[in-house]
Amino acid sequence: MDAEAARLLGAGLAAIGVGMAALGVGNVFGSFLESALRNPAAADSQQGRLFIGFAAAELLGLLAFVVAMILLFVVGA
Amino acid sequence: MGYLNGNLYVAAEEGKIDPMHQFEVQSMADLFTIGGQQIAFTNSALWMLVTLAALWMFMLGGMKRELVPGRWQAAVEGVTGFISSMMTTNIGPEGRKYTPYVFSLFMFILFANLLGMLPLGIIGLHPFTVTSHLTVTGVLAIVSFSIVLVVGFLRHGLHFFSLFVPHGAPWWMMPILVPVEFVSFMVRPFSLGLRLFVAMTAGHILLKVLAGFVINGLNAEAAWVPAVVSLPSFILMIGISVLELLVAAIQAYVFALLTSLYINDAVNLH
Repeated sequence: MDAEAARLLGAGLAAIGVGMAALGVGNVFGSFLESALRNPAAADSQQGRLFIGFAAAELLGLLAFVVAMILLFVVGA
Repeated sequence: MGYLNGNLYVAAEEGKIDPMHQFEVQSMADLFTIGGQQIAFTNSALWMLVTLAALWMFMLGGMKRELVPGRWQAAVEGVTGFISSMMTTNIGPEGRKYTPYVFSLFMFILFANLLGMLPLGIIGLHPFTVTSHLTVTGVLAIVSFSIVLVVGFLRHGLHFFSLFVPHGAPWWMMPILVPVEFVSFMVRPFSLGLRLFVAMTAGHILLKVLAGFVINGLNAEAAWVPAVVSLPSFILMIGISVLELLVAAIQAYVFALLTSLYINDAVNLH
């Protein structure tokens, strides 16, 4: 395969990682909402933990985006 | 694109809208040189000053200390109360000392994110998102990390290294756990700076790509293209802009929250 084609394909494949992070972020908020509706009184005290989980899940998706950007604009561009 | 003939290629290049152009740091005044390095007043510096001025105005307008707060003072008190309650829940009573730093951090990031979102392009100005550069967010992250190190070593001395030894773990797990904890500690400034930088960059690229669809659709020769391409893209842009406002607030909050958690590690050692 041509190196240029491989570079662009790799950048496209990195989008899968971003989609996976979407699953993760959805899982974080979904699980939070599920348990918050069971015990609304305890929900507010867990908001900090909600956002820590969100930040951790989101970071991994953003790293996939960084990989795509490096492939598109840094490597051989 | 080499298979296109010359004319088509030129047309395609002219119609191309570069979504990365918005992140270019341009010099507005070349001030002086130090050791062969040009020190210039850039658009990045200008927008940092704008952020600072907006922040200053917001705070001064709400610091009149009226007995019955007006709307403005209520807004300022809301934000300060939000941050100081976050510090007390995460660090405890000693967290009050670090409230000014985390508050400045939160407000600077929030205002920089929001000012970069302003649609000033329609009157010919080019808003610049300061937080979409790793140099800026990286420095903010390094400052946070330095505070953690300084506070940790000043308070606990070499005992600060017990941060890497989890409580209640069996001793024979230590050769694995201590390196893992050490790496997760050292990665913090990178993840902190990278998260904010990439989140802002990604959102702005997305908006500019959609804006490119709108403009290229309007310029297309076929009459059906604006209705089918430009209009849906424009509606999507409005939705994404609202989402970006949410992301701007969430990223500022996450940065402040993680900083407060890291300071908690330094103050209380797990």
